[in-house]
Amino acid sequence: MKAYALPDTRGHFGAYGGIFVSETLMQPLEALREAYERLRDDVRFQEEFAEDLRLYVGRPSPLYPARRLTESWGGARVYLKREDLNHTGAHKINNTIGQALLARHMGKRRVIAETGAGQHGVASATVAARFGLKCVVYMGSEDIKRQAINVFRMKLLGAEVIPVESGSKTLKDALNEAMRDWVTNVDDTFYIIGTVAGPHPYPMLVRDFQSVIGREVRYQIMEFEGRFPDALVACVGGGSNAMGLFYPFMNDESVAMYGVEAAGEGIETGHHAATLCAGRPGVLHGNRTYLLETDSGQIIETHSISAGLDYPGVGPEHAYLKDSRRAQYVGITDREALDAFHELTRTEGIMPALESAHAIAYAKKLARELGRNKVIVVNLSGRGDKDIHTVANLEGIKV
Amino acid sequence: MSRIGDRFAALRASGRRALIPYIAAGDPESWVTVPLMHALVESGADLLELGVPFSDPMADGPVIQRASERALKHGITLAQVLGMVREFRTKDSTTPVILMGYLNPIEVMGYERFAREAAAAGVDGALTVDMPPEESGEFARALRAHGLDGIYLLAPTSTENRIQRIADSASGFIYYVSLRGVTGASHLDLAEVSAKLRSIRKHTALPVGVGFGIGTPETAAAVAEFADAVIVGSAIVRRIEESEDQPDKILAEIPGFLAQLRRAMDRATVRPESASGASR
Repeated sequence: MKAYALPDTRGHFGAYGGIFVSETLMQPLEALREAYERLRDDVRFQEEFAEDLRLYVGRPSPLYPARRLTESWGGARVYLKREDLNHTGAHKINNTIGQALLARHMGKRRVIAETGAGQHGVASATVAARFGLKCVVYMGSEDIKRQAINVFRMKLLGAEVIPVESGSKTLKDALNEAMRDWVTNVDDTFYIIGTVAGPHPYPMLVRDFQSVIGREVRYQIMEFEGRFPDALVACVGGGSNAMGLFYPFMNDESVAMYGVEAAGEGIETGHHAATLCAGRPGVLHGNRTYLLETDSGQIIETHSISAGLDYPGVGPEHAYLKDSRRAQYVGITDREALDAFHELTRTEGIMPALESAHAIAYAKKLARELGRNKVIVVNLSGRGDKDIHTVANLEGIKV
Repeated sequence: MSRIGDRFAALRASGRRALIPYIAAGDPESWVTVPLMHALVESGADLLELGVPFSDPMADGPVIQRASERALKHGITLAQVLGMVREFRTKDSTTPVILMGYLNPIEVMGYERFAREAAAAGVDGALTVDMPPEESGEFARALRAHGLDGIYLLAPTSTENRIQRIADSASGFIYYVSLRGVTGASHLDLAEVSAKLRSIRKHTALPVGVGFGIGTPETAAAVAEFADAVIVGSAIVRRIEESEDQPDKILAEIPGFLAQLRRAMDRATVRPESASGASR
């Protein structure tokens, strides 16, 4: 097999990716690509990044053998990659540290970010505080209502949170508004995109920053199993935690990859966010990828119990991996995710984010299908504290 | 030559600058669009820019975002927008019409089908905001095959290399985005715009229009002194929004505003001796 070497120089993953933005952003994206390609091979930059991941984020995150879960499911041995133990409680910070370092090297004093549930916003505000950068976070006004604690958290960290009232007032609209800010303040501003989407080079650089996850798994699994896993499982909204886990294993053909999308109330109901399972190719937010859209090409509102998966697009590299069948993409409903949330909490004493609970729910099916001699690594991308109110509300409990 | 090329040639001959108003198709209601297009032409528009509504208009400010939302509430589709142009053409066979919008609705329709149907409807050019020339090979071929002009943007951030590249790809005219920002912003720097236009003209003989941030007769007149075309969007769309529940008022009042822009531009650019010979 030829070694995997995507994207190409223009940011294409096969038919997907690329740069689809207005002219004003073409030169800034070119400058970002040049800066990144220079720093990617710069030993000092990489050392700086590695040291922040170690001392500030708390890496490496453990690979945890979930023995009671494995026993109770009665199938493949299940390991959890504990990204929930990172500083700020999710994988998001791996990327925001990397991009904040890039911003500093490019001499930008102001960073902006979009956020849905608030996790990427908090991770961006956190690194902005750490590096002394001014930070503005765009967040849909609907999401602000649902995530008051994260909004307050960002403000405590010194960020300005700007409510977005346009469109569906959620993540996709926050991304539009962040792009509008960038186009206006392009000279002094660095846009920290939160996932492996957006125009080239973002899908590539976010993947590279997140791929520390998979690189750690490669050696950590050796200590337990002396071999690579048979399958990797991760949830996919935009898809950054999944790319971070998958990418270092891309050339290891024996390792299967499963991306788990939010099937919401069921794909057949139309209320879901399972872009790769039920969408089709189109162009949004600077790249060509799968989208959930109407017959006339308007982007539709999505639904998921988990705000972090509630996005009508998906990273273009996932679109490529789907078409090339290197990875498979499946859906898990709100109900299944909620059950998995409780099951992991009760069985292992680990409360997963509702996003990550989708991966757990699919791992359960896969573990039974693969059987006892197989090994599965699940990316536990974030912790569940932020979702306690959502879970309580759904179950009619007042907290 | 295309309808766009003919129009600019005629304007140039008479020493006048093009006034290009932008409206969003289907805003505030579908039936208003075609009568409004005719009214714009009667009150001084030389070309028309018809916005194709999209759910995620990343390059637009709040005024045009809301126009898209109003149009989409009635379920406006690209196919319906083409129908409006077809209807417009039954009474006006000379005024060039450019569709401006985002790529995704065109992706869904398919490049070849879009180009074919747009040409058949009487569209003259297409400007897809989020499709730079680097990505537009196949699309540009489809447009060319059906005689449509591919209009591209240039921006304050465009380097000399990019200006050359876009000059090589564009036809009809080039649309210079006058500021770092979204449509309807208000921090236009006339000296900077004029300087940039001089450097663009070193790379192309195509007419260069200026848009984004032109909302008053004064600004329109000032821009007309160095640009081949003045493009006005948000200032018109804002007036449509103010009367969104009274479409008749829109049809009555927008032409008055356009006529003000026209007069201000002509005062700034047309020499008395050539004014009499101006033909439209």
